[in-house]
Amino acid sequence: MDFFNQDLTSLHTDLVNKKLSAEELTKATFANLKQTDAKIDAFLNLNEDAALTAAKALDTKGINPANVLAGIPVGVKDNIVTKGLTTTAASKMLENFVPVYNATVVDKMTQNDMIIVGKTNLDEFAMGGSTENSAFKVTKNPWDVSRVPGGSSGGSAAAVAAGQVPVAYGSDTGGSIRQPASFNGIVGMKPTYGRVSRWGLIAFGSSLDQIGPMTRTVKDNATALNLIAGNDVHDGTSSKQAVPDFTAGLDGDIKGMKIALPKEYMDEGIDPKVREVIKAAVKQFEALGATVEEVSLPHSRYGVSAYYIIASSEASSNLQRFDGIRYGFRAQDVKNLEDVYVRSRSEGFGDEVKRRIMLGTFSLSAGYYDAYFHKAGQVRTLIINDFNKVFEDYDLIIGPTAPTPAFKIGDEISDPITMYMNDVLTIPVNLAGLPGMSIPAGFADGMPVGLQLIGKSFDESTLYKAGYAFEQATDFHQATPDLGGQN
Amino acid sequence: MAEERINAEQVAHVAGLAKLEFTPDQLETFTGQLEKIIGMFEELSTVDTKGVAVTSRVTDRHNALREDVAVKSNDRAALLANAPETANGLIKVPAIIDESGDGE
Repeated sequence: MDFFNQDLTSLHTDLVNKKLSAEELTKATFANLKQTDAKIDAFLNLNEDAALTAAKALDTKGINPANVLAGIPVGVKDNIVTKGLTTTAASKMLENFVPVYNATVVDKMTQNDMIIVGKTNLDEFAMGGSTENSAFKVTKNPWDVSRVPGGSSGGSAAAVAAGQVPVAYGSDTGGSIRQPASFNGIVGMKPTYGRVSRWGLIAFGSSLDQIGPMTRTVKDNATALNLIAGNDVHDGTSSKQAVPDFTAGLDGDIKGMKIALPKEYMDEGIDPKVREVIKAAVKQFEALGATVEEVSLPHSRYGVSAYYIIASSEASSNLQRFDGIRYGFRAQDVKNLEDVYVRSRSEGFGDEVKRRIMLGTFSLSAGYYDAYFHKAGQVRTLIINDFNKVFEDYDLIIGPTAPTPAFKIGDEISDPITMYMNDVLTIPVNLAGLPGMSIPAGFADGMPVGLQLIGKSFDESTLYKAGYAFEQATDFHQATPDLGGQN
Repeated sequence: MAEERINAEQVAHVAGLAKLEFTPDQLETFTGQLEKIIGMFEELSTVDTKGVAVTSRVTDRHNALREDVAVKSNDRAALLANAPETANGLIKVPAIIDESGDGE
């Protein structure tokens, strides 16, 4: 049986019509997953017993015909806490950590009868762009296992691309949903800051982090965002904006839509083959009746520097809680309390996390605060102003998601600056708190290339509408890697 | 800008603030890497930000308050289960006060 050539609607129809039971689907998911995961290492921890119990209970209760996600297997990035299920953030620091509560998004999954299959790999504490920084395993790209899946949500992206699960959730602080979506040829949405509760997301950069869905198609993605969006009393930054049905209006035409293409997103820093894919996508949008015009986001080039100051500063603050006292790793044979802090943190954190803590502590320290942290906050304002100016005249912005297709495992890991530059096109969106989505737009040297769509605050619906129109006119989303699970 | 942006001594100082320690080899590697990254940061000094306000948050919510009502929080036993060392229902830590007699 071939479940993963189906989208969520089709799987749901089979579940409602009892052509397929939730238990059958769950069993098939684990059988397939164990085979494919031997090659790609997308999962850190499986939830098999609990998933099967939940699926059986759901079959007894019956699938609610109004709930498209009931019985659907889902992967959850391992920096999103799951009650009773180990959550590590891919760090030795939290190797044996068992949360005592669920993240709000996880509560929504279980309350809506989704079947949590397991926890997906990531760069430690979501710091990285390749999933090579995990303390436990390196996830491989299903399109070419010698290449990275991107990061930090590389496990979630690879799991969806390989047909292990039809939907997985990730988090995006500087591109961590969109860049791996691009590298794996899937759809990844970073919603507007505040659209989704961050309660239970292990904090990295609190003014930037946002949870979002990763799927094979645009409609599936809209369905998966419907589930998690909305205000939450546990998260004071979550917005009270009304949540529309993101699947409504998908199939309207996009004639007259005004699309901006920033010239800075197509300059010489972008791989020429990626540029060609984006140029073809522009032609496609024009053929669909949209107008595409060149604009400028002059401060976007400073985004990487501003981001790494702000995100690292917030990280250095957030990660102070890992001190070896209340939970997490504690060093052995310590002399005194200070020794517990210093040795637990030095032995528990990996190099990239230490680098970010050091950068953040430096940027916030006496004598440097004004030149770095304060300045970065001002540049952030200028980046926001650039976007606001463009959105006075345009409905959305498009460009590449990443400057290159997926690179080889090991190629960039030793050079932090090269690795940081992978995020150059996604970071401005986080700094401004805007929604951004990556959809499959073509291939370069056999590897997927993603098109990034950037919208106005809380206007995810326009991104989905444009993405859906593009998807209907192309077949890139239908291509699957050889490893493609049950395909 | 100064030729040397950050040296090993400063990196060791920052590590102390961050409650981290490095071996001499690690210190050398980190110093080189931080030097390059901070060098990249210095491009921001070329941006004219005179009179520009700082953005520190992008949420549309300010002062998110709730009613002052007590709610039952997490179970104490479950919370303690994640602590590395406990005794009598409390988290146990090494002595804070140095009792060796040679301390300050």
